[in-house]
Amino acid sequence: MSVTEDKLAERRALRGAAQQKLLAFASLIVLVIGFSLASPNFFQVSNIMAILQAASVNGVLAVGVTLIIITGGIDLSIGTLMTFCAVMTGVVLTWLGMPLILGVVASIATGALCGLISGTFVAKMKIPPFIATLGMMLILKGLSLIVTGTKPIYFNDTPGFTLISQGSLIGAIFPAFPVPNGVLILFLVAGVTAWILSRTVLGRYTFALGSNEEAVRLSGVNTDAWKMAIYALAGGIVGIAGLLIASRLNSAQPALGLGYELEAIAAVVIGGTSLSGGRGTILGTLIGALIMSVLTNGLRVLSVAPEWQTVVTGAIIIIAVYADQLRRRAAS
Amino acid sequence: MFTRRTLMGAVAALSLASMAGGAFAQDKMYIPLISKGFQHQFWQAVKAGADKAGQELDVNVSFEGPDNETQVDKQLDMLSAALANKPAAIGFAALDSQAAIPLLKQAQEANIPVIAFDSGVDSDIPLATAATDNVAAAALAADKMAELIGGKGKVAVVAHDQTSRTGVDRRDGFVNRIKEAYPDIEVVAVEYGGGDHLKSTEITKALLTAHPDLNGIFGTNEGSAIGVVNGVREAGTQGITIVGYDSGKAQTDAIRDGLMAGAITQNPVGIGYETVKAAVAAAKGEPVEKTIDTGFYWYDKTNIDNPEIAAVLYD
Repeated sequence: MSVTEDKLAERRALRGAAQQKLLAFASLIVLVIGFSLASPNFFQVSNIMAILQAASVNGVLAVGVTLIIITGGIDLSIGTLMTFCAVMTGVVLTWLGMPLILGVVASIATGALCGLISGTFVAKMKIPPFIATLGMMLILKGLSLIVTGTKPIYFNDTPGFTLISQGSLIGAIFPAFPVPNGVLILFLVAGVTAWILSRTVLGRYTFALGSNEEAVRLSGVNTDAWKMAIYALAGGIVGIAGLLIASRLNSAQPALGLGYELEAIAAVVIGGTSLSGGRGTILGTLIGALIMSVLTNGLRVLSVAPEWQTVVTGAIIIIAVYADQLRRRAAS
Repeated sequence: MFTRRTLMGAVAALSLASMAGGAFAQDKMYIPLISKGFQHQFWQAVKAGADKAGQELDVNVSFEGPDNETQVDKQLDMLSAALANKPAAIGFAALDSQAAIPLLKQAQEANIPVIAFDSGVDSDIPLATAATDNVAAAALAADKMAELIGGKGKVAVVAHDQTSRTGVDRRDGFVNRIKEAYPDIEVVAVEYGGGDHLKSTEITKALLTAHPDLNGIFGTNEGSAIGVVNGVREAGTQGITIVGYDSGKAQTDAIRDGLMAGAITQNPVGIGYETVKAAVAAAKGEPVEKTIDTGFYWYDKTNIDNPEIAAVLYD
């Protein structure tokens, strides 16, 4: 492949990515307008805040797993890892009575460590990511139940813990927009991750691993180490999701978590990230998470029967990915 | 291409929205019920009762619950979407009462009455709780037990636990009724098996060894009752009258096979019905009872297939 062809392909890919983001963003706007017209109760400050609040946990999870999906991998353990991180926060804060900041550190460190372990399975032991993280998913689910003795751990002794997700710094300054802190954290996590992806070596290797791992290896890069680093970073982000959900529920619910990984992966693919790797954006994922949250809330506000809500959500995922396929076929 | 697809999406979304919106644009009172589940037969029966009350009282009722009882945050999202619709009143069965408190306070501030149902909500915000009167239901179990063993003899209780509300109420309801009404019957033991099949089985076998002249055993929930059946079967003891609680396939099978004499079932249809009824009353500003007994039934081999009973049994 000549240099000019490379450049052309790159430009096409860039244009494609921009178009996909536009498409996703347009769908989000259309959904919001549609629901607002259909129900006067939809576009109310309190409901919009509820939608954002509901998107925060799934959004942070989705941002984390986007990194792994761009490398061409998958992480099925993020849902139960989130719970395990929340449980470890409960152990540190409620059982050991340590200060709040150590609880935050515990959650993120637990996530990063478990991510590193998953990364080792995948990179060093060459276990396919689907299997390695399926195993981790079950291990972590079990560990959460074992550590807690299947009972939730409450954070009543840690004043201020619920503020992590439920408080509102923005609301303190602009009382008309009580954006929950959880949402602020989602945008912060997304911003930093987008920066890492586009401006750092780690980000460049993330894309490179997903496009052509063999080529990267042959050019002398220690691909295993980078891959493990990416899984660890994603795990740390999952730890933040663990904090958010624990703070929202004022408790670590040990049985929760299974199924959350699929919702996060759905947000990622709606946002235009390719499951075959090498392509994807954090902004797309963020929009994907918002679309899912708007859809779920909107259908509920319209009192659509719950059976049909799941049917519609499933259909939207397929339409989103099909639209992406069509566009890519047109581009190539 | 891009614009056409966006347009198609827009049309689809709008038609979907207007389709659903049509059903909603009436001036009927709106009462959402947020339950602990949705797919299980028990919850479907609660929903059937709620829908029935909705039709009779001419109000819009919606019924929603998470896929399983672990999804505490999903239940909160459902509750906040329900609150966004400014309902006249709301029915709620909390998965975790503590986690729901901020939203319940929000409902209280918006003057939306909350009616708790099933296991209820551990808070003073709900105006009423529609649930089974476990004390009265267990007393009925005691009456049936007394009748079956001929008014005299020795009985034992295998309870599911000594701390939960249902565990305590069912134990006391049974034991106290026997003490008050049947002087010739003695409750020789109350044991706790955590509702676990295996533990309850072991307890039952130990009871049979300790009291060879035992006439009957009461199991206070599904797991306990099945444990009692298994224990009696494994020990090979004949002539023990077993009374159970709730339903489920293993228990209904045991009743059909004659291993279990009969059991108490709660009335999920009544739970749904009474919740909506109380919610409508509360929304109109009428007084509501703090606790509403939703009823229960005795069922055995003779009436297990009656439509009224079959409707409240679940597998």
